[in-house]
Formats: sequence, C-alpha cells, structure tokens
Amino acid sequence: MSTETADTIPTLHVSNLHKAYNGIEVLKGVEFQINKGQVKAVLGPSGSGKSTMLRLMALLEPADRGEISLDGHRIGASDNNGRIAHHSERRLAVQRRDIGMVFQKFNLFPHLNALENVVLALTEVQNVNKAEARERAFLMLNKVGLGDRDRHFPSELSGGQQQRVAIARALVLNPHVMLFDEPTSALDPELVGEVLEVMEDLAAGGMTMIVVTHEVKFARRAADEVTLFDSGVIVEQAEPGEFFDNPQHDRTKQFLSHVH
Amino acid sequence: MIFDPEIFLTQLVNPAYLWGALISVGVAACSLVIATVLGFFLAIGRTSKQGLLRAPAHLYVWFFRALPALLVLLIMWNALPQVFPALRSDWYTPFVAASVGLGLVEAAFMAEIIRSALSSVDDGQELAARALGMKPGSVMRKVVLPQAIRTALPPTGNEFIGLIKYSSLASVISLKELLTTAQVGVNITFRYAEYYTVAIMYYLVIVTIITLVQSRIEKRFLWTSRGAKKNTDPISLSTRALATVPKEK
Repeated sequence: MSTETADTIPTLHVSNLHKAYNGIEVLKGVEFQINKGQVKAVLGPSGSGKSTMLRLMALLEPADRGEISLDGHRIGASDNNGRIAHHSERRLAVQRRDIGMVFQKFNLFPHLNALENVVLALTEVQNVNKAEARERAFLMLNKVGLGDRDRHFPSELSGGQQQRVAIARALVLNPHVMLFDEPTSALDPELVGEVLEVMEDLAAGGMTMIVVTHEVKFARRAADEVTLFDSGVIVEQAEPGEFFDNPQHDRTKQFLSHVH
Repeated sequence: MIFDPEIFLTQLVNPAYLWGALISVGVAACSLVIATVLGFFLAIGRTSKQGLLRAPAHLYVWFFRALPALLVLLIMWNALPQVFPALRSDWYTPFVAASVGLGLVEAAFMAEIIRSALSSVDDGQELAARALGMKPGSVMRKVVLPQAIRTALPPTGNEFIGLIKYSSLASVISLKELLTTAQVGVNITFRYAEYYTVAIMYYLVIVTIITLVQSRIEKRFLWTSRGAKKNTDPISLSTRALATVPKEK
C-alpha cells in the first residue's frame, strides 16, 4: 500500500509547542494534529492558550520551542544545530498562503468593498490578474451567500456578513487548512447562525478545519473530534459523542458543567 | 492718502501677483512632497524596534524642530553654497533652496503626523494581511497606508496651508513669491494698503482652493458604496450565471 504513507501524513502537526509572554508560559508543550478533511473543535476557558496555539499555527508569531509541520514539511522555523532558527517574514509569508485564518474581529480591510477584500488576497498573494480575480472572488462571495453584497463596504455590512466575507477571503486562496479563532464570539446572537452555517457547509465539503469556539452545538454537530484546552496543555481529545456525554477527565466535566 | 480702488483693481489683475502666487504654492507643494517622503521614513525609524534606526530619526526631529525656518532658509541659500561649491551652479535657485529648506524643517512635523496615522491603524489589519500571506511591502502599501492616509489627511492639509505662509519667509533669499511681489510694489509706490490688500486676496483664494480640494480628497476616503469611485468593470455575465441565487432571504 504505497498510498498509505501519504494518507497518514497529517495536514497540520504540532509537537512540543511552547510559548511564553513576558516569562508567563501560555503554551506548555502542546501536541496536536489534524488529518486531511478532518474538523476539530477546540474548547477551553479564556486564557487557556487556545488562541495562542492558533496564532502560532498560522505563523503569525514565532514559537519558543517545538515544531509545526504542514503536509509533512516543517514550517515557521528550521533546526539549526539544535537551535531554533525562525524563518524571515518574507519566507513566512509564502508558507502562510496554505493556511487560512479567520479572526474573532473579522479584520476586513475597511477601505475596500467586499469584493475587493477577496480580490486583494488573489492579486497580491497569488498574482492572479485583476479580471480573473474579480470573477473568482465573486464566486466565492456567492458561496458564502453574499453574491448580492459585493459592492458593500465592511462598514455597511452586519457582523455576520463581515465574517462571511472574511471566510471567503481566506477560502479563495485554497488553503490546505482553515483556522478559526472564535469566529462567532464578536457577533450578536442572532447573527451567529449564518456564520456557523457557512462553516458547516465547508466542513461537509471536506475542508480541513481547526475551530476554536465556545459554540458547543457546533462542536457536537460539525466536528470529528473535540479538544479541551486548559492552562496551556490539551486535557482531553475525543469524538463529540464521547467528549460531551462521557468525558474522562474531571477538568472536562467541570468545564462542560459551566457551558452546558 | 486714501484707499484707491483703481490701484487695487489694476494690481489685482497684475500677472506678477499671479506668478508670485504660483511660486508660493509651488514652493509649498514641493516642500510638502519632500517632507512627506522624508517624514514617512522618519516615522518608520521612530517606531522601529532597532535603536540603530530610532536614534537618527529622533536626532533629526529634535534638530529641525528646534531651528527657526528662517534660519534654515538663510543657511540653505547663503551658508551652504560657501561650503559646497556644487551649490553655486545655476540649478540651485532660490526656489530649489526654499523648497528643500522648508521641506527639511517640515519633515520633522510630518514625521509625527505620519507616525500617529500609522499607529492609528488597527493591529488586526496587519495581522489579517500577514495571515493571508502578503509580503511586508504589500501589507504596508495595500492595507496599512491607505488607512493611515485617511487619518493623516486633515492635519496634512493644515501643514500645507502653513507652508504657503512659510513660503513668504523665502523673500529673504530673494524668491519672488507672493508677499515679495507685493513688497516690491510697495517699495516703488508706497501704496501700502492697496498692494497688501491684493496680497490678502490672493492668500484667501489660495487657501480657499486648498480647502475645497482637501474636502474633495477626503470624500474619496469615506469608504462607503455611495462615496466610492465608480468601479467600471462589472462581473461577467458568465460568472453571474455560474453563481447560484443566494440561498438566504
């Protein structure tokens, strides 16, 4: 079975990930991996380090220790005789292209309309010509249900619509994995549904996704595996049924009693 | 001697004033361009994490904020050509000396405006651009700068008006700008009121035009679908056909 090896290489793999800010350890040796097509939901209390893990995976901040691999290749840093050698910002930029990131605060570019937000990703990052970029961007906006909002500026869109544009902007680059950092936490409750719906469509379409979230219902419905993060380490990982109905660790039981 | 409207009106349409006004605006515009470019790099330097870049930027701002513009102009026109013979050539005119001199002084102030404009852009903007895989230059040009410019525009308009007025200082280095033109007329005729009133008129017109242009430019930075420039190439029909009807509402 020669395809066996290719299939077992995880899309994203982190090992022994450490990160400290001002001497305070936020990540204490995280081990995490996700295979192609998997959806993993990451739960955990605020300040547990789950967002930090996502930022490190997206190569937005350097890890103090540990390795991150995408499709079996180490990214972000190299090993230089046992010392960690972080890659240059230009090199990181190229590596980031295969990793899509969606932020809690959307971070749409306010000076560009919805279509241009998606177009910019294509023209600046993939050197797609303007005309083709506009067509592809439009199709992607349509996919997230915003084909009729292409000319609207971020200030003219609801939070839910902005987040869907942000998803389209990340998605248009065909990333190997999508990272979501609490994508619905900044939304009014009635706008959460439309964003989760888009994400569930993505999951059903086979996208590899890591979703840091407080949405227990989403985790239960869409995730293949749920992870509890606490105090900089992973406490428990299990499929949703197991995780929610039969948690093994006391910390998980305690956490679930608060969110249920 | 009372105010003679005839002298006033004759001078008002005197091409010499128009020329003087153009020189004033020209010096102000050239020095603003110099100040903006220089100020941008000073701003980058001042916010840099490397002391090697920060120190010269600080030194520059400290130095040129302290010097009176008049002194800088005198140095530019009188002292520098003595020290550097290359500046005794024909191309080194009062216009060039004034533009560079005022530009150097103004850069210290533009640096502060640009620095605060750059820092007013939300951190999430740079983060999102980097997450997409944009290179550092791209992040600056396409994401951070367009937003910083909006913040920098109103104070820059003020600086431009200030430079128009500062350009009158260049009379000391024999630049025939607007105020010098009036002064030359006064020296011949001693009709102070008429000649100075003409100068007032020209300054008022110049500043009015600048204000109008500025508000025009600011409108382009409203970032709404109504205020936006007309984007002419629509999405092709074939793409629209490919796109299914949005499923909601």
